[in-house]
Amino acid sequence: MTPELFIQYLFAGITYGIIYAIVAIGFNIIYNTTGIINFAQGEFVMLGGMIAITMHSVMPIPLAIVAAVVITMVVGALIEMVFIRWLESPSVLRMIIITIGISILAREVALHIWGESVRALPYFIGNEVTSVSILGAKISPQVLWVIGVCSLMVAGLSLFFKFTSLGREMRACAANRRAATLCGINTKNMVTLSFVLSAGIGAVAGCVMSPITYSDYSMGPNLAIKGFTVAILGGLGNSVAAVTAGLLLGIIEAFSISVLPLAFQDAIATSILLLILFVRPHGLFGSSEAASLKEF
Amino acid sequence: MLKIRNLEAGYGKLRVLKRISMHVDPGEIVTIIGANGAGKTTLLQTITGLVKIGSGEIVFKEKNLQKVSPEKIVASGCSLVPEGRQVFSTMTVEENLILGGYVLAKKGEGGIDQEIKRMYELFPVLKEREKQLAGTLSGGEQQMLAMGRALMAKPSLIMMDEPSTGLAPLIVKSIFQVILRLREEGNTVLLVEQNAKAALGIADRGYVLETGKIILQGAAEDLLRNRDVQRAYLGRESD
Repeated sequence: MTPELFIQYLFAGITYGIIYAIVAIGFNIIYNTTGIINFAQGEFVMLGGMIAITMHSVMPIPLAIVAAVVITMVVGALIEMVFIRWLESPSVLRMIIITIGISILAREVALHIWGESVRALPYFIGNEVTSVSILGAKISPQVLWVIGVCSLMVAGLSLFFKFTSLGREMRACAANRRAATLCGINTKNMVTLSFVLSAGIGAVAGCVMSPITYSDYSMGPNLAIKGFTVAILGGLGNSVAAVTAGLLLGIIEAFSISVLPLAFQDAIATSILLLILFVRPHGLFGSSEAASLKEF
Repeated sequence: MLKIRNLEAGYGKLRVLKRISMHVDPGEIVTIIGANGAGKTTLLQTITGLVKIGSGEIVFKEKNLQKVSPEKIVASGCSLVPEGRQVFSTMTVEENLILGGYVLAKKGEGGIDQEIKRMYELFPVLKEREKQLAGTLSGGEQQMLAMGRALMAKPSLIMMDEPSTGLAPLIVKSIFQVILRLREEGNTVLLVEQNAKAALGIADRGYVLETGKIILQGAAEDLLRNRDVQRAYLGRESD
């Protein structure tokens, strides 16, 4: 393999990897406040992209993206309020099945609105063939957009959780929900907020990736599987580990096409998922002690 | 301060509390003693709103607590130090205390830093552990942190659920000394304990709870002298 090709694959891997990481962080945020996996996470990414594409017909790209993100966040809040909030101490299994239902519902609604056609946002800078040269490899500026925006989101989120009082309250909710209630924190609102936040970051990822990966109504489940693999690989609830695990999966996938037929690409994530679930269910970076305390 | 009349509550069809009536006046230390499973924890959780009131009423500061959410009850000045500490173990000692002051911050009262200083003065060991994760503290330190966190809200009534459980006698002693000091500073304390002797030793009044009913009540020294109490809870054979 030439060094140029190596860099090319590496960037492709990082691009997909960071998108998987964002989906995984979306899983983690909701997992931390509720203890459930929201299998509709991939649909937030799909909605972000699709809404932005529709909005773009009447407004410039930046505005369309802002509108798409805001709308997806509202959808996230509505989903929580309609399907989750009023349940009194539901079982984990019931909640998970509800999120799978939401995911199917969201896809059906999207199919009715947008049909089956594959769409894409235009490239933010230049077009399909524009490229910048990095170490001899030709990289699309959109790839740099994806990597840049997603990295900023990851950094922003960790600052938010560490240094803002709202972030601290959400972490308190994750650490011990009952104790958070006893501090006077309305934990139900924190759950709503976690859905809003997850929907928001999912939608942003959906917008920046759309020019490269395209968007269609059915893109959610595939992303959800990859994101879930990454979340499990990193250890559920751990967002720093999710970034590492995301990059790992993305890069493995990218390099796999140099040795395996392209059709095997998706099988890799699923194989890793199964392997991890069999061998190290608490993830590469999680401790088995912490995992044994988890309900799910 | 707190008046409970004919309270019944429980989980689903299981009735744990049966026609409980009791009261706590401002400035008192009142203790509820009883064996495991008598309903002590359920009683405190019902007062805090974590368990629903079945029938009867709980009045806190002239306000009926029927259908009031736990967050609002805490905001109205009734804090619970839960059984088993329940600190935020993945967060630092300082963060735990800041979260305890959540209701102050929400009311826009400020003065959180000052309150934290007060807690460090009350529990000097917490100051030393300021930046440490709460999960790494010893049991006694976690109990102090849980108390400090509840006190951060400047509650008018502080309820403690079994603060002595699993702690060495010396630590129990220092925790009870803090409770006495809280009373001197004008706080009202409702203390639930299995360690009847220690609890009655510092309390003004006490209630004895048995299988969900209050079977005895009175001044703490009277209860300490009561033969039934001595036999059942103080491990002393009657002559």
